[in-house]
Amino acid sequence: MGSSHEQSLSIALPNPIRYYPMGDQAIVLSFGDTLSEALNTQVRKVVASLVNWSQPGVIECVPAYTTITIYYDPLTITYHELLSALQMIIQDIPEDTEYRGLKKEIPVYYNGDDLAYVAQYNGLTAEEVIRIHSTPEYRVYMIGFVPGFPYMGCMDSRIATPRKQVPRLKIEAGAVGIAGEQTGIYPIETPGGWQIIGHTPQQLFDLTRESPSLLEVGDRVCFVPISYDEFVQQKTKSNGH
Amino acid sequence: MMSLYNKKRKAMGIKIVKAGMLTTIQDLGRYGLQRYGMAVSGAMDSYALRLGNNILGNPDNEAAIECTVLGPIIYFEQAQLICLTGADLSPMIDGNPLPMWRPVLVEAGSLLSFGRPHLGCRAYICFQGGLDIPEILGSRSTYSKGGLGGWQGRALHEGDRIPFRHHYTGKDSLFHWSMDPGLYPDLATEVVRVLDGPQFACFESNAQKSFFSDVFTISNNSDRMGYRLTSKPLWLTEQKELLSTAVTFGSIQVPPDGNAIVLMADHPTTGGYPVIAQVATIDLSLLAQKGPNDRISFKRVSLDEAHGLLKKQHAQLKKLKSAIALKYE
Repeated sequence: MGSSHEQSLSIALPNPIRYYPMGDQAIVLSFGDTLSEALNTQVRKVVASLVNWSQPGVIECVPAYTTITIYYDPLTITYHELLSALQMIIQDIPEDTEYRGLKKEIPVYYNGDDLAYVAQYNGLTAEEVIRIHSTPEYRVYMIGFVPGFPYMGCMDSRIATPRKQVPRLKIEAGAVGIAGEQTGIYPIETPGGWQIIGHTPQQLFDLTRESPSLLEVGDRVCFVPISYDEFVQQKTKSNGH
Repeated sequence: MMSLYNKKRKAMGIKIVKAGMLTTIQDLGRYGLQRYGMAVSGAMDSYALRLGNNILGNPDNEAAIECTVLGPIIYFEQAQLICLTGADLSPMIDGNPLPMWRPVLVEAGSLLSFGRPHLGCRAYICFQGGLDIPEILGSRSTYSKGGLGGWQGRALHEGDRIPFRHHYTGKDSLFHWSMDPGLYPDLATEVVRVLDGPQFACFESNAQKSFFSDVFTISNNSDRMGYRLTSKPLWLTEQKELLSTAVTFGSIQVPPDGNAIVLMADHPTTGGYPVIAQVATIDLSLLAQKGPNDRISFKRVSLDEAHGLLKKQHAQLKKLKSAIALKYE
């Protein structure tokens, strides 16, 4: 049973989970303060059992790098009742649950306006930037900012580049960008400050799909370089419905 | 014969003659998809929307038109029972003052317009039976940045025609009752109640003190996504990079320049700035009615107090609901 004086839930996971309220309609579970794949895996594990939770009064939960924020209706469930319910559901997660996110390939035509800058900033050629960016498998740590925008890491530090000093007013949907050691994809046209190195023909967010967001927290993403012709062909196909 | 006539007239509703400053369709918001980055949106002053819907006997969540400071001009192609709530933006029907907080039958061919904004920033035009627009991902709220929901995913323009879902079939044309205005907050109030935010302790003790004693001014650079506040800067004891985490309506973030931003209805789902405080849900309505150059100050409440205030409001709303149910029997 949690109380506001306790600092953590006792759970069947390797690390204790801290919790605190955020306002009067949300509770935050915090798994740690540092960017780590292990912590994010815990987040994903717990979220997996929370998304289909039929606890009355629970509205939704939002996973991030190392936290899960659970929104609730205080007229239906109290803070302490919610804590106890969370304690129970988390206890029931077997410690040895293996969670491997789905592997998803994202084709990219590497033609971004900032590709040359990223290469120059890191003393590389554009070809090297493309090779380094499309080599590893990235983890989706969080989805936020706009519908379907994945924050992915950890990127190779050899191509890490700070955000633009002055954000662009317009970034096209499908733009693949770099910010520090993160990489991400703009699902819709929006202003933004990430360094754009390419474009994917895939739709990251599509209202006509059963699950509108292509990616989920915990997914493993590979970028596959494609040519201009392939980009045009796939783009026509993905807009074809 | 009658039903055929009804069918033919089904597509009738309102026509926007002049858009106003920012006129959007909103219900109580789009929930359940924040984990995919989908903003909640919804009415900035959700309490005013609920009250308006209740006065008409609608479900709380029925979509209505949110008007901002300078209201639209709307032509009624068909008669409808409506209710105006929220800010007093001097509503008029064919140039005559339109009473707020009560049902009003607007005749076909009438013009609804607005004059000078008196008190508050956002007025709600609620329609009995609602507007005939589709739900997108479970809501009729407009999310302009994402280009979805409401009317074609955008603010209303001149020439838009929005059908009613039902036309008015009641026999009454005059309503002699109105809601007790005491149920709605006094919009002249400048004190906004808040709870300590998750990073409150990370701020300098001076900042912690001045947060509760200083007066904050809402800047011109404020919209449905967030209000930028100006005050003495609020500094952290040490600058550190935080990992982004979920933020919500009423989260008061402090970017490195020390000037707080309160996130509002169209807020992004996640943010990376420290959150010094969180506006108590009960006072989100009051805050939503504030606009550029308005001044506010913050008062601390506990979690229990905040929940107590919500319960009291809920009980009042329940009483209002049952009283109104009798009016439409």
